Amino acid sequence: MRFLLVEDNPDLARSVADRLALDGHGVDIAGTLSEAEDHLAAATYDLILLDIMLPDGDGRDFLAAHRRAKRDTPVIVMTARSAVSDRVALLDTGADDYVTKPFDFNELEARVRAVLRRRMGTSSPSVSFADLTFDPLSATVRVAGADRELRNRELRLFEILLAAPGRIYSKGQLCDRLFSATEAVTDNAIEVYVGRLRKKLDGSAARIETVRGVGYRLVTD
Amino acid sequence: MRRTIAALVIAFCVALPRLALGFDVEEEQVFPAPSGAPTAPLRILSTTDTEIFAPLLDAFQADNPDVPIHYTVASTQEVYKALHDEGAAFDLAVSSAMDLQMKLANDGFALSHRSAPTQALPGWARWRDQLFAFAQEPVVMIASARAFDGPLPRTRSDLIRALRDRPEAFDGRIGTYDPNRSGAGYLFATQDARQSDTYWRLSEVMGGLSPRLYDTTGAMIADVQSGKLALAYNVLGSYAEAQLDPDGDARIVAFEDFTHVLLRTALIPRTAPNPDAAGAFVDFLLSGDGQRLIASETGLPPISEAALAADPYLRPIRLDPGLLVFVDPLKRQRFLNEWTAAVVQP
Amino acid sequence: MVNRPHLRPATGGSIRRQLVVQLLIVAAVLSGLLYLSVRGVADTAVETTQDSILGAATIAIAEELRGGEDGVSIDIPYTAFSMLGSIGEDRVFYRILVGGETVTGYPDLALPESPPGSGLDPRFFTTSYDGSEVRAAAVVRSVLVEGRNTEVMVIVAQTRGAKDAIVAQMANRAALLGLGFFALAAVLSVITARSVLNPVQRLAEAVGRRGPDDLRPVERPVPSELAPLVRALNGFIARLSGALSRTETFIAEAAHHIRTPLATLRTQAEIALRKTDDEATRDSLRAMIRAADDSARSAGQLLDHAAVVYRTDQRTEERIDLCQLARDMSDSFGPTADIRDIDLTTDLCAPPVEITADRLLVESALRNLLDNAIKYSLPDGSVAVTVGTDGGRAVIRVLDRGRGLSGARTTQLTGRFRRGTNVADVVGSGLGLTIVREVARAQGGEFRITEREGGGTCAELSLPL
Repeated sequence: MRFLLVEDNPDLARSVADRLALDGHGVDIAGTLSEAEDHLAAATYDLILLDIMLPDGDGRDFLAAHRRAKRDTPVIVMTARSAVSDRVALLDTGADDYVTKPFDFNELEARVRAVLRRRMGTSSPSVSFADLTFDPLSATVRVAGADRELRNRELRLFEILLAAPGRIYSKGQLCDRLFSATEAVTDNAIEVYVGRLRKKLDGSAARIETVRGVGYRLVTD
Repeated sequence: MRRTIAALVIAFCVALPRLALGFDVEEEQVFPAPSGAPTAPLRILSTTDTEIFAPLLDAFQADNPDVPIHYTVASTQEVYKALHDEGAAFDLAVSSAMDLQMKLANDGFALSHRSAPTQALPGWARWRDQLFAFAQEPVVMIASARAFDGPLPRTRSDLIRALRDRPEAFDGRIGTYDPNRSGAGYLFATQDARQSDTYWRLSEVMGGLSPRLYDTTGAMIADVQSGKLALAYNVLGSYAEAQLDPDGDARIVAFEDFTHVLLRTALIPRTAPNPDAAGAFVDFLLSGDGQRLIASETGLPPISEAALAADPYLRPIRLDPGLLVFVDPLKRQRFLNEWTAAVVQP
Repeated sequence: MVNRPHLRPATGGSIRRQLVVQLLIVAAVLSGLLYLSVRGVADTAVETTQDSILGAATIAIAEELRGGEDGVSIDIPYTAFSMLGSIGEDRVFYRILVGGETVTGYPDLALPESPPGSGLDPRFFTTSYDGSEVRAAAVVRSVLVEGRNTEVMVIVAQTRGAKDAIVAQMANRAALLGLGFFALAAVLSVITARSVLNPVQRLAEAVGRRGPDDLRPVERPVPSELAPLVRALNGFIARLSGALSRTETFIAEAAHHIRTPLATLRTQAEIALRKTDDEATRDSLRAMIRAADDSARSAGQLLDHAAVVYRTDQRTEERIDLCQLARDMSDSFGPTADIRDIDLTTDLCAPPVEITADRLLVESALRNLLDNAIKYSLPDGSVAVTVGTDGGRAVIRVLDRGRGLSGARTTQLTGRFRRGTNVADVVGSGLGLTIVREVARAQGGEFRITEREGGGTCAELSLPL
C-alpha cells in the first residue's frame, strides 16, 4: 500500500516510514501541509497518516479542506493527545480513525485495515496463491469454493507468509510481528496460530511447512 | 305613682326652708334617695312644673337609687338670672327659653358632656355638647270653633282675614303672651317676627281688638275653654293637648304657613357641684327609655325627626347663635317697643 | 477536591436594599411634605372661610346702623349671628361701640390693635376671650348723629373650635393621604428596585448558564450603566480565554513534545526488534517499548483525570443515549481488541437508554473500563458491553474473562494510583478506575467491580436516568 505520512518531526517520520517499509508498504513523507498538498496533487495514495500540529497549520483544518474538496483518500490522524474530546472533534472533522502516539504498528495496521474495509466494502482486491484466493480486507480465504474467515492473528500470520512464499521465518520473527512488544509471550505461542492457520488452509494446495529447528514457510504442493 | 309624688310634695316641699337665693323660686321639692343611702344630690333648676317632670325623676331614681334629687322650679328669666348673674349651684338647668339657654352656653356657663345618647341627637337639637334638647313642642293657636264662622283658619293670613271680617266676634277675646313678662312669649314673638312680616300685620290687627296678655299657656287654655277667649295665639301645643276637653269647643290650630317647634333644653351649669349625676340624667332623658317616658308620662313630644318630616310646616327653632340676637338688650328693647306699639294700642 | 463548593463572592450590602431604602426615604420626605402642605392649605382655607363669614356677619350688623336725632339705631339682623352657626358650633361674642363707648355686647371683648379703616373693610384679628382663642372681625362705620359724624365700631368674634376640628379632620385626611402615598411609594420602590436590577440579574443568569467552554464575549444588550461591568467582564473573559488557550496549547505541545520522541523511540525499537536475533538485545528492546507505552499511557490518564476533575465542577448536562455511546466506544476499541483476537461484543437493550449527564465524563469512564477490560483479557478472550436499566437507573456493564481481582474490593482498586496485586506484567498507571469512580460520584451514580463466576470481572457503572 502507498501511504502519505504528514509529520513534521523528521526522526519520527523517518522511523515510521522505515517501519512501514518493513511490512512492504511504500511511504512518502510530507513535513508540512503544503508539501502534503504537493504530494496529493502528484500521486494517488491508499491512506494518509496525518499529524495534527504542523509548522504551517493545524492538521484538522487540512482535514476539513480535504473533505470539502471531496477527496476520498482515507485519513488516520496521529494525535499526541488522548483526551476524549479530541476523539469526537477529530471524527467530526472527517478523520476515518485516529491513533495516539506512540502507537503499536500492529494496532495501526488493524485500524488501517478496518478503515479500508469500511471504504472498499466487498469489492476489495484479492490475492491468489496456489488454488486459494485470499481477501486481506475481509480476512477470508476461499478454499475449494468455500470462504473461510481468518481471525486477526491468523490473517496477519498468513499475510507474512504469503508476502514471500517459500521463505523461512523463525518463530522469533513471527512473534515480533504477531504480538505486541508489550505482550509477554514465548516463541512457542506461535505454534498455536500456525496450527489454527493450517486448519483454515486444510484442503488446499497451499500449506505451512515446518522447517525443523529453523521456522516455518508457505509452500504449495 | 302620682299618689306617691303627691305625698312627697306634701312631706318635703312645705317643710323645706326657703333658700336664701337672689331669684324667685316658684316651687322646691326633694326626692330622697330610694335606697336610703344617699350620695351627693342632683340639683335641677327647671322651668317645667314638678308634676310634669316627676315621672322622669322617679324613673331615673329607679336606676340610680342612691341619688336624691332636689327639684326647683323657676321662670325662664329667673333660671337664666340664677346661673348667669348669681352663679347658683345647680347641677342641671332645664328650660324652654332656648335663647336664654343658648346665651348661657355661649357665654361659657355650661359644661360639656359627651356620650352616646348626646351624639345620637340631630344637629339642630344639640349645641356644642353643652345644650341638649329632649322634647320638641309645636307652638300653636287654640281657637274656639264657635267663635269662627265657618272653617278654622289654616294660615296666619286666614286668621288676619277672619279677624278683619268679624272684629266684633273677637274684640277683647284674643289672648297671647306678653313678651315683656314671659320669656317663652318673647321667644315666640321674636321667632314669628323673624320668620315673616305677616306677624306684624297680625299683631296690628290683634292690637286693634284689645287683646288680653298672659304669662302662661295654662291660663290661656283655661280661658279659651271657659269661653272667655275666642282664640289664644302662640301657646304650647303639648300643654293644650293635655288640657283640652276632646269633646269641647276649643281646637288646636297648627298654622300651615309655618309652625315653630320649641325645643326644651337642658344644660349642665359651670357651677354644678355634681356634674356626673347631671350627665347621667341627661343621658337618661335622651335615651330610648327616657324619650318613651317623656312621650307617655309627661305629654311632651320626644325629639323626633320623623315627626318633623311628617308635617313639613313644622320648623324647629334651631340651636344656633342667631338666638343670641334677641337676647341683646338693645335689640330686646327695640323689639318690645315695636311690639307694644303694635299690640297695646291706646 | 471533587466536591469543591462553588466560591461565594464576598457581599457588601445589597444595591436593591439600598435603592429601596433611599426611595423610601424620599417617599417619606415627600409624604411628610404632602401632609404639611395639605395641612397648611386646609388651615388657610378654613381660616379664610371663617374670616369671610365673620366679615359678612360684621358688615351685616354695620349696614343696619342708622343715624338720627335720638342717637345711633342698632338693629342686629338675626342672620348676622345665624350665619356664624354655619361652619360649626362656635361661641359668638360681639361688641358695639359708639364714639368709643360700648353700647351693647361683651364690654371686655378686645379691640383690634389698630382701628380698621372706614369703608366697611373688616379688620381681622385673633385674640382671646373667656379663656378661648377667638377670631374677630372689626368694622368701623360713620353715622350722622345730630348732624355730627359719629364712629361706630362693630366687633364680632367667634371661637375657633370648628375651625380646629375641620383642620384636625383635614390633617387626618392629609395624614392618611401621606400614609397612602408612602405605602404606594413603598410598593413602587420595591418594584422599581427589582426592575432596575433585573438586567443585572439577567446578565448574571446569562453568564451563569454558559457551559464551561463558552468563552465568547457577552453581547446581550445591557443598560448603559452596566456597560463598564460588561466591558470588564468581556476583558476578563478574553484574558481567561487567552490563558486557557495558552494552557491548552501548552498541554497539547507538552504532550506533543513528549509523545513524538516516545513514538520515534518506540518505532525505532520495533524496527530494531525486527532486525536483530540476539535474545538479550531483543529483551532490552521489548523493555524499551514497554517503557515508552507506560509513559504515554500514564501521561494520557493524568490528562484524563485532570479533565474529569475539572468537568466535575463545570458539568455540561445533556441528554445522552448510552446505547449509542457504548456502540461508538466499542467501534473505536474494535481494532485494539482485534489484534489480540479478543471478541468485543455489545448487548444493548432495545429502546435507547437516555440519561442526563456530561457526555465527556461518561465517555471517559466507559473508555477506561473498556481499556482495562481489553488490557487484562487473555488472547482469544472476550469482552462484552451491556447497557440496560435496573430500578430507575441506567446500568452499563463491562464484562471480561480476564484474570479477575484476586479478592480485591472496589474501594481498594479505585484509589488513585492503586493497582491490583496480580497485574505487574501489564502496562498501567492505576488511574483508570479512579477516573471511573469520580465520574460515578459526579453524576450521582455508583461504580462497582466484582469477580465474575467462571473467572474475570464485571465492572458496573450505574447512573440516574
